Amino acid sequence: MKKYIKIIKPLIALSLTLMMFSPVCAPAAASYESYEYSDYDWDRFRGKNMSVNVYNWGEYISVDDGEEDAFDTNKAFTELTGIRVNYSNFASNEEMYAKLKSGGSSYDIIIPSDYMIARMANENMLEKINFSNVPNFSYIAENFRNNAFDVTNEYSVPYMWGIMGIIYNKTLFDESDNPATWDILWNEKYAKDILMFSNSRDSFAISLFRLGYSVNTTDENELREAAAELSKQKLLIQAYVMDEIFDKMGGGEAALAPYYAGDAITMMEDNPDLEFVVPEEGTNVFIDAMCIPKGAKNKEAAEMYINFLCETRVALKNCEYIGYSTPHIAVYELLDDETKESISYPSEEALSKAQEYITLPSDTTRLLDSLWTELMSQTGKNPWLSPVLIVVSVTLIIFINVRRYRKKKTREL
Amino acid sequence: MKQTSKAAVPYIIWMSVFIVIPLFLIGVFAFTTTVTVDAAGNIIDPETLGYMDGAGIDRETGELTADESEEETDISWVTFPLTEKTIFTLDNIFAVSDYLPVLFLSIWLALIATAICLIISYPLSYMISRMNFQRQNIMLMLVMLPMWMNFLLRTYAWMTLLERNGWINKLLALIGLGPFEMINSQGAVVLGMVYNYLPFMILPLYSIMTKIDERTIESAQDLGAGALAVFGRVILPLSMPGIASGITMVFVPAVSTFIISRMLGGGTNMLIGDLIDLQFLGNAYNPNLGAAMSLVLMIFVLLCMSLTNQLDNEEMESVLL
Repeated sequence: MKKYIKIIKPLIALSLTLMMFSPVCAPAAASYESYEYSDYDWDRFRGKNMSVNVYNWGEYISVDDGEEDAFDTNKAFTELTGIRVNYSNFASNEEMYAKLKSGGSSYDIIIPSDYMIARMANENMLEKINFSNVPNFSYIAENFRNNAFDVTNEYSVPYMWGIMGIIYNKTLFDESDNPATWDILWNEKYAKDILMFSNSRDSFAISLFRLGYSVNTTDENELREAAAELSKQKLLIQAYVMDEIFDKMGGGEAALAPYYAGDAITMMEDNPDLEFVVPEEGTNVFIDAMCIPKGAKNKEAAEMYINFLCETRVALKNCEYIGYSTPHIAVYELLDDETKESISYPSEEALSKAQEYITLPSDTTRLLDSLWTELMSQTGKNPWLSPVLIVVSVTLIIFINVRRYRKKKTREL
Repeated sequence: MKQTSKAAVPYIIWMSVFIVIPLFLIGVFAFTTTVTVDAAGNIIDPETLGYMDGAGIDRETGELTADESEEETDISWVTFPLTEKTIFTLDNIFAVSDYLPVLFLSIWLALIATAICLIISYPLSYMISRMNFQRQNIMLMLVMLPMWMNFLLRTYAWMTLLERNGWINKLLALIGLGPFEMINSQGAVVLGMVYNYLPFMILPLYSIMTKIDERTIESAQDLGAGALAVFGRVILPLSMPGIASGITMVFVPAVSTFIISRMLGGGTNMLIGDLIDLQFLGNAYNPNLGAAMSLVLMIFVLLCMSLTNQLDNEEMESVLL
């Protein structure tokens, strides 16, 4: 999901100009050497030869990419506090989880997604954050606190968020149809022109939203109903994809596809015929949040780092670099109107219907998994498969043994 | 003899660290599962406690940290702290049964791909082996050429070739044909396998065929063997070891591939490799089940290899006799 993020140059330029004139920070404060960070004891670990280990998604932080206004987050942190940053990347929540679970490495800050945070908190893998060390938490919008994955908001500080919607190609789409509904993905008019997620959670979420059920349902009948709908839909699907979608939608290969807003912006830059809508039935909103795993060596330094990422200046730079939506009030205020109204920031109404994923019980996960596998291997199910295989192997075995027997006999003769 | 065993030491270390230990770990993972136990040693399912959302209960003390949970479950019978424990189980192996159709599909497609590879490679390798030395080198280089490029990139290239707006359909449109639906099918997956693994069939076949002395064939002809008899009684038996190793080298990677089916199969032709990938890095995350699947796959592959080895040995014996 996060692999294809690009910098949105016009956005940076616009919001930077805005920042210059915004009353929040004086024009002179725009260059980061002279930027005044908020009142906080940044210097308390200086000279103590400290370091923090940060584990984050790939391309998920602002780095010095040679652009004019490039901002190197980690370098700026080291300059400000004297704490060194060891930064490393993961490609999926599960990869990060597996690495932490195996215990071979120690990290001070991790940035997983919602359902994974719930799972890790549940398995006692997260440290409670001391929020008096993170005063900038006050910038996090009210509706991004006490999320379903961390109801008491003890373990996480939201970093970025995004919403799932439908991307459609105007040239291949009939204007008279309403694209803002999940039903459109079941419309026979677009047979073989629809792409779908090749991961069970997102695909089931779409089917569940369309049926009006909760995305986190544990009811077997609801899940089976959703699976039955997905299997009806399968006849209309061109392909089940993940990252391949950038190529396929960019190249006009399909008319409709569900995906996340931040990535939709990237695709729309490649292909101006693409549009993005958020379906009326409700959709998934994901939140990636900063956490401190158990066994962190420098918890206080980690909290300082989290506070640093919540600094308005830093959060703005990261938001511009990544292109996802920010939960930071001050940063949102600094964005220009065009961005505020863009697909990254859907209406209150759309957000109120959005649901987060939470970790499902293992029985439900297993059911989801087997329903999904069944769905994915339906066409491949050939009743002759196993008999033919058995007959072939048995003949082969008989053949080999008969030959050996005969050869033995000739040798004896 | 002493010297050779000393020379083998680095390899033995390499093998034990990177092959034997991981294999052992797969075995351990396949037959175990991690459960939560309370202080009294009872196995409990934390989810049945009704505190799924993590922030509900303190594992050390049993203290409630939030009462957001909808259902109040009686947890007085649980003694804290909760700890995690790894126990022996056969559940993972049983669970693999659900996925047998996927395994069969993988074997089926891999068999087809192997057969096609063999049919294409056999005459080609024979032809190359009969050429003069210089042309042999050029032909071999041509065979190896695609392998200089990254495997993923080559498969990706097939995607842009086979798509509806891809190059093949564009070319066909010029002469008024198409468009054809080529990608997102089992045929495309087999094509991807054949394309990617063809060199692994050609090379062993070629190397064994260059060893067949031209004079052997000539003497067979002198003794009155027709073309068919020369092939059936001289070339085929002599090239058997090459066939056996070629089949192994194509079948084994083909049966466990996962990226080809994802890119060219459109996601609907899930293979066992995709399933295993899903268990380790996907959202199905269950390494124990993934290890059990790998174990079953490994046994299948071993069976297939021993079958081809049988073929090989038998034929070699007959040649020696």
